[in-house]
Amino acid sequence: MNRPSPPAVLKVERLAKSFGELRAVDAISFHVAPGEIVGLVGPNGAGKTTTINMILGVLEPSGGRIEIEGVDLAVDRSRALAGTNFAAVYAPLPGNLTVEQNLRVFGMLYAVKNLSERIERLLVVYDLGRFRRTKAGVLSSGEQTRLGLAKAMLNLPRLLLLDEPTASIDPSNAREIRAGIAKFVDSGHCGVLWTSHNMYEVEAVCDRVLFLSHGRIVLEGDPKTLPREHGAASLDDLFVNVAQEALDERGRS
Amino acid sequence: MSRSRVGAVVLRILYLYRGSPQRIFPIFVWVVVDIALWGFLTRYLNSVSRSDFNFVPALLGAVLLWDFLTRVMQGVTMTLFEDVWSRNFLNFFATPLRTSEYLMGMVIAAVTTGLMSLLVMLVFAQVAFGLSFLTYGVALAPFLMVLFLTGISLGIAASAIVLRLGPASEWLIWPIPMLISPFAGVFYPVTVLPAWMQAVAMILPPSYVFEGMRSVVAGSPAPWDRLALGGGLALVYLVLACLFFFAMYRTVIRNGIIARYSAETLT
Repeated sequence: MNRPSPPAVLKVERLAKSFGELRAVDAISFHVAPGEIVGLVGPNGAGKTTTINMILGVLEPSGGRIEIEGVDLAVDRSRALAGTNFAAVYAPLPGNLTVEQNLRVFGMLYAVKNLSERIERLLVVYDLGRFRRTKAGVLSSGEQTRLGLAKAMLNLPRLLLLDEPTASIDPSNAREIRAGIAKFVDSGHCGVLWTSHNMYEVEAVCDRVLFLSHGRIVLEGDPKTLPREHGAASLDDLFVNVAQEALDERGRS
Repeated sequence: MSRSRVGAVVLRILYLYRGSPQRIFPIFVWVVVDIALWGFLTRYLNSVSRSDFNFVPALLGAVLLWDFLTRVMQGVTMTLFEDVWSRNFLNFFATPLRTSEYLMGMVIAAVTTGLMSLLVMLVFAQVAFGLSFLTYGVALAPFLMVLFLTGISLGIAASAIVLRLGPASEWLIWPIPMLISPFAGVFYPVTVLPAWMQAVAMILPPSYVFEGMRSVVAGSPAPWDRLALGGGLALVYLVLACLFFFAMYRTVIRNGIIARYSAETLT
């Protein structure tokens, strides 16, 4: 007997954002199920970060609807974001607080239970124990990225938004972090929306990938089979083709 | 309102003060410098004046109370500036934190630093210049409350301006207390002002405080009805300042400024 699929942790319906004449995101719809990692890829300016900012509630959509675990973000932002978290290379944690202070402050913002224990656990998992009293601003970019990921896991999120999470991490650490997130997601607890320009990474971790161009989803599918279906040798080639088509289209318009 | 989230905003500020002498320094040292400067000036005026008028409570007391208002306002705005300088808005506002909780955290942080400054000023003014506010007892509390509410309102309104116009508008908001002080009759009775300035003074809660304090220092009973009017005005301004902040927050959420709040100026 088929079990009904669990409700999506993230449901985006006809989401749109315009800045004056520019339509940065153009009525896109997608969902993320629990236990699923969805890649959001596309050339610079395609609308990936705009989409993530709208899901995080820091940018008001011009139209459409965002539901996180069945809660409409526009209706109850605070409840919708309680089970969400994010990490992005462009949003480092306050550099004038120590690693431990940052985790405590953000743990309180997410009302994490047994916060001290949770912090200790994350310091071990992300190899930050020796930096606990170090100001975040003096950490290397890789260490800051690990701190951002530790913050993102504080509340055991049901929806995790990762914007180029391994961009400044060496390959060995990146592999470890990808494995850690994949393991966390495999428990079926959490769904992830993952943006990256690293197609190897997308192919390695994502169950599904959405290609965004000019604010629209132009391709969607399994990153392992999608290139073949569209006559490309690899996901990297497919990305280049999509980006080139976007450029050509822009040139024509 | 979540106590945990409000606590997080306050804890962030406490962490910053705990590890930073350069942040603690202004709380203690600048107010002492201010009291010393005005204390010696009032002493000098007492020595050259032929009247029996005592300048110490009239001028030094006024400086002390005005400094309190300024410190409270700065306490609110500094909480916001800490997030401006560390580019923390995206991190903070992508959490379940509500705008009202953020404001409450700002106010609690301002109360803490404002009261610390006040305590330092009271002790120093008493020890160095014999100005004792303690003789007024609890009667002083309503005066401080009106100034406190005004400082909070100014701080919240100034923060809303910075949120909307960007970090460079910092230069617009620091002089706000100085712009208000000529109208508020801090050092002189409002009656010496021209009619149009008196009309402005009527809508400024601090003018009722300073008029009242001068009345008390002169030995008259405190004009509680006038002070109540000042208190009512201060509450109205507080509500308006909060509404202004919420409106500006909605604007920066709509145009996306909060997510990329790092540019020198934002228009």
